[in-house]
Amino acid sequence: MKKLSARRRHPLAALVVLLIALVASGGLYAAFAPAEKAAADETAQSLAIDEGKKLYAVGCASCHGPSAQGTSDGPPLVGVGAAAVDFQVGTGRMPAQQPGAQVPRKKVIYTQAQIDQLAAFVASLGAGPSVPTEEQYDPTGADLGKGGELFRTNCGQCHAASGKGGALSEGKYAPTLEDVSPKHIYEAMQTGPQNMPSFPDTVMTEKNKKDIIAYLHAVNSDDTVEPGGLNLGGLGPVSEGLFGWVFGLGALIAVAVWVAARTAKAKKS
Amino acid sequence: MSSQENPEENLPAQHGTAHGAVSVADEKHPFADPGLPPHEHRVQDIDERAAKRSERTVALLFTVSMLATVGFIASYVTIDIDQSAYIWPIGHISALNFALGCTLGLALFCIGAGAVHWARTLMSDEELVDERHPIEAPPEVKTKVMADFAQGAKESALGRRKLIRTTMFGALALFPLSGVVLLRDLGPLPGTVLRHTGWRKGKLLVNMNTNEPLRASDVTVGSLTFAKPEGLEEHDHDFQTQIAKDALMIIRIQPDDIKDKRELEWSHEGIVAYSKICTHVGCPISLYEQQTHHALCPCHQSTFDLADGARVIFGPAGHALPQLRIGVNDEGYLEALGDFEEPVGPAFWERG
Repeated sequence: MKKLSARRRHPLAALVVLLIALVASGGLYAAFAPAEKAAADETAQSLAIDEGKKLYAVGCASCHGPSAQGTSDGPPLVGVGAAAVDFQVGTGRMPAQQPGAQVPRKKVIYTQAQIDQLAAFVASLGAGPSVPTEEQYDPTGADLGKGGELFRTNCGQCHAASGKGGALSEGKYAPTLEDVSPKHIYEAMQTGPQNMPSFPDTVMTEKNKKDIIAYLHAVNSDDTVEPGGLNLGGLGPVSEGLFGWVFGLGALIAVAVWVAARTAKAKKS
Repeated sequence: MSSQENPEENLPAQHGTAHGAVSVADEKHPFADPGLPPHEHRVQDIDERAAKRSERTVALLFTVSMLATVGFIASYVTIDIDQSAYIWPIGHISALNFALGCTLGLALFCIGAGAVHWARTLMSDEELVDERHPIEAPPEVKTKVMADFAQGAKESALGRRKLIRTTMFGALALFPLSGVVLLRDLGPLPGTVLRHTGWRKGKLLVNMNTNEPLRASDVTVGSLTFAKPEGLEEHDHDFQTQIAKDALMIIRIQPDDIKDKRELEWSHEGIVAYSKICTHVGCPISLYEQQTHHALCPCHQSTFDLADGARVIFGPAGHALPQLRIGVNDEGYLEALGDFEEPVGPAFWERG
């Protein structure tokens, strides 16, 4: 102590004190500030969960149960993940209009912010797939050919080779994939909504999913070039044959009747 | 069209009221033949200017057809095959296909329309009577044919020289046998090929998407994956023949939901491997509904309950889908524990 007080008038004493003060304040800031930020994040998260819980109680609980444990009218939502909520509510399927073979896509009634809050609440109930980031589903630079092959192997059996959809058993159906956003396609593959099986990253990688999204965009969007002209719904030979028989042959018969009905005689009878 | 310009007094006088064979009813023919109605003329028959106009119309149609053919050839040569065009209301389509279709259609249509217009307005449309001829040949022709045949038979001595007749029949009867023998060359007999697949004990299940072996932990409940046996590659010359029998659907069901005891025993913690080939006529069947565990065949709607030994619950399939017995090796990869117990795919004569 004596030594310290003896040197308190040393020319460098002020500098040393200043350094100590700086390190101390910096250290204290480093120790406390991030904790505050994390606390703030946590507050925002728990706020979203709280808001989501309120929305859930109003819009979802009647079928999925007050604690999302599921009822006879709706499956449990524990562990389905935020991606499932973002898909089901983001495409308007949920909340469901009425029970039935399959819940159809319809007008979205929640805002994206509300959907995020609902997703946060459901994600807090149990671990599940999270909402993909744009980087995960952006199809730029993906392999179209591989995407087509993967689509025909995994998806085409139900959704038809160009994603136009098709019938399943007892009133269920695979919906058309036209105008479905890349994010929702990704989430559907990830979570397996309703009767669709899921294709998790462990068996179908993120790159595989990107390739499939790119293929769907190439065959199924407004910019798609149809070399053959009218695709008549893209359902294959049945619709094409029906069109040929009804409209093609019908037009020929109508022309033949018209030609024969008009007399060429000068005196009309 | 021009009837107003040609009042009826311009028409030539009618020749009587009816023409053609006209008869009255008698005892043999109880119904009178009214003959044909009086012939009526067309504008073109009376008015030379109208006839000229028709001629020009027909010529115009044929000329348009010629131009369309030239247009077809020109589009074929000049339009690039990759060029696309926006045509309302069809959308973006191939410019070449559109141009070829329109010009070819126009060329054919104008030939047809020209020919019809020509026949209707300018070619003679007088009704003619052409009596039917009896189908029976005249008696003298019949007699001559019969006499010629009898003479030919007598001269060939077929009835008298029995040796020739018998050997000829023998030769004609035996000859088709050479064709029957050739049928043997249609291919080797299938043998037991239909009863076996490429699956063997210890073969890993390879994911068709990634071409990597599947781990048990990769397969989640509700997911659907397709697998092939390890060692079978897409560039193999017999890949299609092999995959037609080896293709697998891998699904995972909560073990409590599996109703069939054998299915549970042959699965690995609820991971079940079923043949992807329908037992009806062999369509690839993978329309899997993960909530009901039903798999639907798109060809004839056979439906299998994959939670109950893949038994047929609807449709024409005669057998349940064969299940492959699987397990996990030391490294956690899914492996086959043998071949299918029964033949995969559609039933065949000797399947039993």
